[in-house]
Amino acid sequence: MAHIQLNDLRKSYAGQEVIHGITMDISNGEFVVIVGPSGCGKSTLLRMVAGLEGISAGTISIGDRVVNDLEPRERDIAMVFQNYALYPHMSVRENMAYGLKIAKMPVAEIDARVAKAATMLELEPYLDRKPRALSGGQRQRVAMGRALVREPAAFLLDEPLSNLDAKLRVQMRLQIKELHQRTGQTTLYVTHDQVEAMTLADRLIVMNKGVAEQIATPHEVYTNPASEFVAGFIGSPAMNIFTVRAEAGVAVLPGGQRLPLPGLPASGEVRLGLRPEDMVLVEAGTPAIPVVLKSVEWLGADAFGYGVIEGSEVLMTLRLPGNTVAKRGDRLHVAAAEGRIHLFSPATGKRL
Amino acid sequence: MRRTVFPHKLLPWLLLAPQLAITLIFFYWPAAQAFRQSVLREDPFGLSSQFVGLANFRKVLNDPAYLNALQVTVVFSVLVAFFALGIALFLAVQAEKIIRGKGLYRTMMIWPYAVAPAIAGMLWLFMFNPSFGTLAWPLRQLGINWNPLLDGEQAMALVVAAATWKQISYNFLFFVAGLQAIPKSLLEAAAIDGASRRHAFWTIVFPLLAPTTFFLLVVNTVYALFDTFGIIHAVTGGGPGRSTETLVYKVYNDGFVNLIMGDSAAQSVILMVIVIALTAFQFRFIEKRVHYG
Repeated sequence: MAHIQLNDLRKSYAGQEVIHGITMDISNGEFVVIVGPSGCGKSTLLRMVAGLEGISAGTISIGDRVVNDLEPRERDIAMVFQNYALYPHMSVRENMAYGLKIAKMPVAEIDARVAKAATMLELEPYLDRKPRALSGGQRQRVAMGRALVREPAAFLLDEPLSNLDAKLRVQMRLQIKELHQRTGQTTLYVTHDQVEAMTLADRLIVMNKGVAEQIATPHEVYTNPASEFVAGFIGSPAMNIFTVRAEAGVAVLPGGQRLPLPGLPASGEVRLGLRPEDMVLVEAGTPAIPVVLKSVEWLGADAFGYGVIEGSEVLMTLRLPGNTVAKRGDRLHVAAAEGRIHLFSPATGKRL
Repeated sequence: MRRTVFPHKLLPWLLLAPQLAITLIFFYWPAAQAFRQSVLREDPFGLSSQFVGLANFRKVLNDPAYLNALQVTVVFSVLVAFFALGIALFLAVQAEKIIRGKGLYRTMMIWPYAVAPAIAGMLWLFMFNPSFGTLAWPLRQLGINWNPLLDGEQAMALVVAAATWKQISYNFLFFVAGLQAIPKSLLEAAAIDGASRRHAFWTIVFPLLAPTTFFLLVVNTVYALFDTFGIIHAVTGGGPGRSTETLVYKVYNDGFVNLIMGDSAAQSVILMVIVIALTAFQFRFIEKRVHYG
């Protein structure tokens, strides 16, 4: 177990920088999730920590050692790959023992560790099977077991659940969470799935185009997104974000309506973000956003209304109560709940 | 599967006829001839022949020259297969590491396969000819008394080298394909598990290449047994003495040079049995080994 420090970490391929300086301290035992759309550099970042990708600038330390120039095997880490990367010609037992054998650990100790991991992951009946005779979920657990037995300083997981079906993914997610609570391993976890990110993480790194847009707890990321990108990426359905014009403390909506909003700049354009679940229906007459519904999806516990701001083409998604009677063509007046208004700079995308 | 039924009986036979004709004319007929001749004794001019039963086989199998050829063949085949496989695997592994010019490197590696055996033989003969060979002179400068025309072991080394050189391309191709089929993440996982490159090669890559390696082993053995006639004929002609006379070469020598048709035919029958046994072995073994999950 150890803490990990990333210090202005950069990566370039043939002169093209793809990771633009990431700095973060991960404390001992913390579960950090790197989340972002595909191509944002999240896997590259993890592979840099693992030592599978070179570092163009900056430093990585694991424990108190700078590991920049160390081989993966010298970094005292374990990794779970998206495709599991199990050795197909070895049994489950041999797969898990492979690293320990290389470390010249006594046979009794290897057996004990493999047995312990197998119990924890409910793999005992399969120890002598080859990976091809296992289901996807079992293979995933073997990959976890292979990482666990080594009792490394840090645990790296690269989209470990994305090859599983939806139901199994939920199960394994809970299991990973539980494992982390039991072992207290420092963990770095890459995913593009925001549900995994929000549920597993102690802290999130939200990445976009090689930049860490925000490093914070899931709660902070959700309630105080640092940029328009983070606001749009985290949360489902996605936040409604549109441009309004500020005029002396009043926002002029795309449809021309005027809405008093706290925290507006004196003048100029600003990006306004409102989460579908933060919108409340208000009486006509009070300051509100008029929305004309185009369709309503009823999901049981609640419903989602999709419409446009009256007089414009700006789409709005609203979360409505499950007993709603709203239907296509209805005109709803909605306002944002107190303190749930997000304003971003149109130029930089940063939170205002 | 749906079966197509032809309306009349002649058409299927007509469609098969070209292939059947080729097989009949170029395999069954000569094979039958070989069987017939192997139990006959014929005079060199082919004017008379008499039935002698298995006498030819008995004679061949008791002939020290034949046993010598058998031994030469085993030595030659094992050496060629071993070096052709080993060097090709080494080169394929190195080729995987190249980042720029991979395609060029691979193309260059494959060229020797396009050279006809006899030409390859001549190439090596010229390079290592003791009196004017380009590479014979430096060898002598190194203090090696290079003369494959007199020294049987040197002659063997020369034909082994020529035959190996020609087969490396083929093996290289298969090994490159085999290596590409191994997911990169396995090697990364091994690196993280603490394996050095060498250890990962022997514990991960080599076992996963086993189906390819085995297939190539059988193909190379058959190649060394039969397809190297041209090289041996061009480089040493089976000499000096009989030191590079393989089984195939002896069939040719006894039949077409010494005109002992019966002996030659008996030898080809024995060879045929060896090929059939090898092929059967190959199919049984490969079917068990080739699939990996």
